[in-house]
Amino acid sequence: MGMLKIENLSAEIDGKTILNGISLEVPAGEIHAVMGPNGSGKSTLSYVLAGREGYEVTGGSATFHGQDLLALDPEERAAAGLFLAFQYPVELPGVGNANFLRTALNAIRKTRGEPELDAMQFLKIARERMKALSMPEDMLKRGVNVGFSGGEKKRNEVLQMALLRPQLAILDETDSGLDIDALKIVADGVNAQRAPDFSALIITHYQRLLDYIIPDRVHVLVKGRIVKSGGPELAHALEKEGYASVQEAA
Amino acid sequence: MNAVAGAAGFSHRFEGLRSRLPGAKLPWLDALRGEAAESFGAQGFPTRRVEAWKYTDLNPLGHVSFDEPLTLLDGGVTLPPAIAPRVVFVDGRFREDLSDHPGARSLARHLPELEGRLGVLAQPAREPMAGLNTMLFEDGLLLEIGEGVDGGVMELLSYATACERPQAFHPRHLIRLAPGASLTLIETATGAARARYLHNPVYEIEVAEGARLTHGRLQQEAREAWHLSTVYARVAAGGVYDNFTLNAGGKLARNEIHTALTGARAQCHMNGAQLLVDGQHADTTTALDHAAPDCSSRQTYKTVLSGKSRGVFQGKILVRQAAQKTDGYQMNQALLLSPDAEIDSKPQLEIYADDVKCSHGATVGELDADQLFYLRARGIPESEAKAMLVEAFLQEAVESVAEETLRGALARAVDGWWRAEAAA
Repeated sequence: MGMLKIENLSAEIDGKTILNGISLEVPAGEIHAVMGPNGSGKSTLSYVLAGREGYEVTGGSATFHGQDLLALDPEERAAAGLFLAFQYPVELPGVGNANFLRTALNAIRKTRGEPELDAMQFLKIARERMKALSMPEDMLKRGVNVGFSGGEKKRNEVLQMALLRPQLAILDETDSGLDIDALKIVADGVNAQRAPDFSALIITHYQRLLDYIIPDRVHVLVKGRIVKSGGPELAHALEKEGYASVQEAA
Repeated sequence: MNAVAGAAGFSHRFEGLRSRLPGAKLPWLDALRGEAAESFGAQGFPTRRVEAWKYTDLNPLGHVSFDEPLTLLDGGVTLPPAIAPRVVFVDGRFREDLSDHPGARSLARHLPELEGRLGVLAQPAREPMAGLNTMLFEDGLLLEIGEGVDGGVMELLSYATACERPQAFHPRHLIRLAPGASLTLIETATGAARARYLHNPVYEIEVAEGARLTHGRLQQEAREAWHLSTVYARVAAGGVYDNFTLNAGGKLARNEIHTALTGARAQCHMNGAQLLVDGQHADTTTALDHAAPDCSSRQTYKTVLSGKSRGVFQGKILVRQAAQKTDGYQMNQALLLSPDAEIDSKPQLEIYADDVKCSHGATVGELDADQLFYLRARGIPESEAKAMLVEAFLQEAVESVAEETLRGALARAVDGWWRAEAAA
């Protein structure tokens, strides 16, 4: 059974239809990529799944382990095991990164019935994970994403994923703004999560991240619907031929 | 006579009590009270037509008739836990039995020594509430820290008991730090849950050469109280006056601070937070007088408003011609948590010196939807996420508080406000 099952999902923002009947299923343990040109609805898909306000679902459904995802608050979705790595991670001046990460981790642990971590326990875990992502330790002391470079912000997203250990990670254009070294670090971070109960939906415009995170399936999103699905080779074909051919098909 | 409401009620009371008020036999004090009574009698409570009171309406006070507090001499009160050696005033009266700070002295018992000191800074004709205080004060804290002495941390607790009828008290606090002295004074103003009262304190503060006063004020009055306070501070050369005011309690509260930097290189920090829930009105009004060269001042005020509450910030910086090389900064920011809340903000600069650095700013905003979503997407429940963002908003003002006891008391106060707010 699919961990994430999207059926005929339609959504609009300010009366404008963005998602136009998407159907997509991500089985447990698989990594799927959603590729598409600008304006095809990629980010809207990730926001609708994560529960951001301002989007109106006008039809269809999205379930996560059989549970109606769209009926849950964003924090309930996170507690259920869904994680969105933001395309544009939000800056939180005045909120320390360590405090933020620990609060989030403890909120998730609480819903799992696990004991909360005190500051020392948390720091030990955080330092290990940060080392793996080549993140300087002083990023814990700074405000969340404040003064971070583009690459640091994306690494901070992957750090959060590594700490929260979601079952489904949606990576929204995580490759944008990354140089090749940072891209490899981020890909390693995602690959390290690979497990029979971990799935990921990688949303991207370009194929290059998929050189490092090999997807099981690739879906092409155009004008709010999936127009083509295939194996990893589809990403390469798109890279060569561009989106023009599939756009015509839509 | 008690049935007479409003300003006239206070004027009547003064006429009746004049010969029995503390220090009534001291001609200088009786004259001081008489003049104050004359100007208060003529003006009454300020109306909104007075520029300084444009946003805070005292009209409701005019319909209340206040009683003199009953003198409680012992027992009968449960005070909040002490945060430092303290001086306790209950219903405006000094309580030696509840005070444990060795430097605690009652102003009323030392009035004959205070000629030429009491009333030097206060401006009863200009500030009607200081006029009312001058007219009717009965007691207050008299505190002097000797030359070069570190006075440590002291708590000034002002507690109001519940009474059947509203009561009013007007304590007069006189504080002097001799050259090189230092002190942290933390005032907690609070009262029994159902108490209805007017607390109208006036502070006259002298910070001598090189002295340093950290003055924390936690205004957490009972929900039905009126708190109208006026602080006058004068800072001599190289002295530092550091004021942090939390304006969180009461039905209507105004904290008015007049600070004059009269010696070269004097410094002043005036920071504060106003945390308001439905039905509250809070006003912070500051007036900073740069009268000497090379002085610096920093002001950061943050207001968080929920429900149908109203906040006011008025801040005036005057830089006199002599005050060259002044470095002045003022920022006030408001966070509106509800569409029914209102903030009025009026910064004012008046500069007569030509070589100064002076800046001010004001912002008004709501919680950022993107920030809130980001936190919730990480599993943090909405109320906790909001609390984190409110705390972040307040951080800049709160982190200006370096003294640990005050910072701790402040953190508890903010936490208490948020829990009350979340429960509402």
